[in-house]
Amino acid sequence: MRYSIKHTTTYTYHESVPLCHNLAMLTPRDTQAQHCVSFELHVSPLPEIIETYYDFFGNKVYYFIIEAEHEILAVTTISTVEKNTMDWNLNSGDQPSWESVHDLILHSSGEFILEKQFVIPTEITAPTESITQYALASFTPGRSMLESVRDLMTRIYTDFKYTAGFTTISTPLSEVMQARKGVCQDFAHLAIACVQAMGLPARYVSGYLETIPAPGKIKLKGADASHAWFSVYIPSLGWVDFDPTNNTLPGEQHITIGWGRNYFDIIPLRGVIMSSNQHHLDISVDVTRLH
Amino acid sequence: MPEPLSFSDQSNQTFFNETGIGKLQGLGTPLDTVISGLKELGAVELEHRANSIHRLLKENGVAYNIYTDSSGGARAWELDPIPQLITSPEWKVINTGLIQRAKLFNLMLQDIYGPQRLIKEGIIPQEIIYMHPGFLRSCVNINLPQQQHLVIYAADLGRGSDGQLWIISDRTQAPSGYGYALENRLAMSSVMPELFRNLNVSRLTSYFDTLRDTLNQLAPRASSQTPRVVILTPGPENETYFEHSYLAAYLGLTLVEGDDLMVKDNFVWLKTIEGLEKVDVILRRMDDVYCDPLELKSDSLLGIPGLLQVVRKQHVAIANPLGSSVIENSALMPFLHLAAKRLLSEDLILPSIATWWCGQPKEMQYVTDHIQQLVIRRIYRRKAGTRSAIDGASLSEAKRNDLIREIKANPHLFAGQEKIGFSATPSWVDGKVQEGTSLIRSFLVQQNDSFKVMPGGLTRTSFIQDSFIISNQTGGISKDTWVISDERDDIQPVKFQHNMSNSAISYHRDSLPSHTAENLFWVGRYTERLINNARLLRTVMEYLTQNNSQSENHSFYQIKKILLQTLTHCTYSYPGFIYPEDPEKEQELLQNPWHELTHHLYDEQQIGGLSQNLQLFKKAVYQVRNFLSPDTWHIVRQLDEVWSDIEQTSQNNRMLMIEDIDKLNASMFSILGMNRESARREQEWAILDLGRKFEQVLFIIRFLQNIFAQKTDNRTEYELMQAVLTATQSIVTYRYTFRDHLQLPLLLELMVLDMNYPKSLAYLIEKIKLHILAMPKGGTFSSMSEPSRLIQEASQLLNWADSSSLSKFDNYKYEYVALKKLLTQLNHLMLEIHMIISKTYFKHTQSQQQLFVSNVV
Repeated sequence: MRYSIKHTTTYTYHESVPLCHNLAMLTPRDTQAQHCVSFELHVSPLPEIIETYYDFFGNKVYYFIIEAEHEILAVTTISTVEKNTMDWNLNSGDQPSWESVHDLILHSSGEFILEKQFVIPTEITAPTESITQYALASFTPGRSMLESVRDLMTRIYTDFKYTAGFTTISTPLSEVMQARKGVCQDFAHLAIACVQAMGLPARYVSGYLETIPAPGKIKLKGADASHAWFSVYIPSLGWVDFDPTNNTLPGEQHITIGWGRNYFDIIPLRGVIMSSNQHHLDISVDVTRLH
Repeated sequence: MPEPLSFSDQSNQTFFNETGIGKLQGLGTPLDTVISGLKELGAVELEHRANSIHRLLKENGVAYNIYTDSSGGARAWELDPIPQLITSPEWKVINTGLIQRAKLFNLMLQDIYGPQRLIKEGIIPQEIIYMHPGFLRSCVNINLPQQQHLVIYAADLGRGSDGQLWIISDRTQAPSGYGYALENRLAMSSVMPELFRNLNVSRLTSYFDTLRDTLNQLAPRASSQTPRVVILTPGPENETYFEHSYLAAYLGLTLVEGDDLMVKDNFVWLKTIEGLEKVDVILRRMDDVYCDPLELKSDSLLGIPGLLQVVRKQHVAIANPLGSSVIENSALMPFLHLAAKRLLSEDLILPSIATWWCGQPKEMQYVTDHIQQLVIRRIYRRKAGTRSAIDGASLSEAKRNDLIREIKANPHLFAGQEKIGFSATPSWVDGKVQEGTSLIRSFLVQQNDSFKVMPGGLTRTSFIQDSFIISNQTGGISKDTWVISDERDDIQPVKFQHNMSNSAISYHRDSLPSHTAENLFWVGRYTERLINNARLLRTVMEYLTQNNSQSENHSFYQIKKILLQTLTHCTYSYPGFIYPEDPEKEQELLQNPWHELTHHLYDEQQIGGLSQNLQLFKKAVYQVRNFLSPDTWHIVRQLDEVWSDIEQTSQNNRMLMIEDIDKLNASMFSILGMNRESARREQEWAILDLGRKFEQVLFIIRFLQNIFAQKTDNRTEYELMQAVLTATQSIVTYRYTFRDHLQLPLLLELMVLDMNYPKSLAYLIEKIKLHILAMPKGGTFSSMSEPSRLIQEASQLLNWADSSSLSKFDNYKYEYVALKKLLTQLNHLMLEIHMIISKTYFKHTQSQQQLFVSNVV
């Protein structure tokens, strides 16, 4: 399946801004499950400088500066992504237990450097006592890693209410735990904190979600916007994605942009402007199937 | 009285311990030379010298800011007249050992920010690096010019009771102390010259020459021949700001704060009054995470957005490079010998203090079992200025158990360290020899493929019993550190001067940073503001004391009211004597004004008050002290001391209050008298003078506006005219010029229109015009035509005015219509010019930074 994604972000400042530095992390990564066929970045006004580089996690970063006075900044990306259907062999009986994965990673010295870094919690995903307790209910002794995480995902989906506007990007997990509500990034962070509390590797995935408003089907949340979910490392399978917002293992409709330890490693678009005033933000995302 | 100077046997013994030379060398050792030198001076003389050192350092303004001091006060730097000695054989080992360690750290940083072989091969546990906040993921795989990851390195060394020197901790981020070490040496050589006699004390200058050369060589290849090197400071609130500004002056570098710099076109630029100038090298005294709010700590207001991108393009070099603080990591200690074997194929020469990292189960067990014998350290300092170490023995049982729980919850974040019994060092404190424990900080700077060690260092001594943590944050005094050389030509001369000629030459080509220009401008404004306010306050007080008995008189009450309210208006010390909504309160205040006046004079919290203005003045001077002569700084310091004595004693005594104002004014006048000569360059003086003239113009306008707001009866007006002339110290000139009694037209002629009287508006505005015409026009700004045009307009207004029509009042409203109109117009013009100048020269762009991020749903 081939998708076209058009993602437009518009900042309207309340005064003219003379200088603006930006980082955009909006290029879909190539993975086993997808291939980015084309990517275009359009910035208005035209930036004086555009540079690209790869960040620590291998995500592509666009850095650009606008050096002319402007009141509106518009960033549009158009990506074409070819999705493959992943054929996870999820039902085989010989899945490793979560304890064995834990031991393997913990006692490694250097071999699992890329995976082990995602065991280390960041400040945002630091496990509290209540998070550890919450996780333990899924990570029961001897259970397979896959089953444990799938159970965790389902519990988060069931126990937490999707509520837009209750949290911001800086709301700590303790508040999310208490109120039992949040949005996709909160659920992804919570899941990561739970998995890491068990000493297991988990990472944050930023991406898009295609919505199919077909009759009789429930409309998936996160449509027409960026989406986020999480991924865990299972030695026999590699990195496996889980979407706790929709209680599903991401398949064709999830398009990955990139990943990091948490939201702050893979912010879609951020910038610094020389201004003391507020600004207004508009985002629109269209995910279209190409036939 | 100090006791006679004697070193107890024990002291002698500890001296031996301390220097590590034992009794083997017998008489004639450097130690003997110092001891006999001290004994020769005798206790009385030594105490006298100690006081001289104290005074000298204080006068030079050597200070160390303490974070927790809410008043932002700086603590005077303390220096012990007894030096720390390191003998030549021992120094050779230290020197080689430190160079080896610096090379190792450089290679480790290359590896950590590159292939990470040490982790992949299991030599260093991943957690030690990845859990350390100094590991900046954005800096991985950035190519640095010459692959130099460590430029400046400092190590803290402590001497165990067996005489062995141990490395206690490493500083790889932005080491501080080498400026203080130099200042210590200068103080010692000027106050204790005898002690240097007969000893080959290595001189420190070579270290600073190397530092200067190295910084210049770091400049990216494509850049200009004389690289622009800046010192990046977090600002005057920082604990070692003194050192930042001291080093800037000594090395001939430009001292900048984050918002003096900006990133544009993939280069770093310094905002100067002549436009943007490219920066090649940044000596950073700011923690790395604060340096770039775009890519690093997003809530940092100190940094330069986009800096990391310029580093990526190799268009700027930073010393030390961003990310270097990952080495400031106590958990690394146990793994260094293996890292040295792997990267250098060498054994470590200098031993690190025994350390157990709790991320390993056996080690954690050991640490929690022996917690009372160990020092517990977090692997990183959570915040500069906070303690990173806890003495296990100092904890109560409950606290100890809390700590053990904390370690067990996050074992990777803790390490236990052996507690060394430090040897005692003798110090001269409170008139006698006392023993404390010392840490020696050594400094290294990269030199070609190797490093140069400063032959000396900064020793800090603590007198807290069993103290194992010594820092300037927690108290303690410093010592000059003497490396005794074998080589004759390395001898320390008894007195030596800074050699600033080289740096001075290159400095003169640089234009003045906008921020400095702004500070100089404000030094000028605050200088005049203090003088104007002081004179006005004095005039008001004097009038009140002289006319007290006639308090029932209507005219007296009206004069008093106008004077007091003018004081409030002119100093912006609202509400002051003005309560339009509450006439009773206002009347009460006007009847009994002294309480309010006392506040105005002494209360630092009183906005617009004299004490507050004095604080603002001092702060502004402090920030540009490098640009003023040392004499200016001394007078400010003296003023500060006199004033703090005053505040205690004179309150409630009206005559003493007036005397206090006179003392303040006398000091301010000595500062004024030196201004022109005291500035380093003409341009700097011009900006300072521009600030002064602006303040004077604005003050006189406001003063006249308020005093002559209404036509009053002749007697009142006579008193008011007298007050104007007294407060502006123009009364003598008036009498000399006009030889007549006080008349308004003549007064206005003198104060407003006289082109030859330095206190008149016409004269001041003419001076401002000359300054504006001389201001640079280059760079990226709009041309200066607007301020020139506006100031031309102001002087035109004065040309057209004549004193007799200005003195005419409207019979209806009893207002001086023409005067009022002229003053309003002038005020408006001057404020507009002021705004354009600020915008054009002082801040080229708004400095506020706002970070925005997009949301996800």
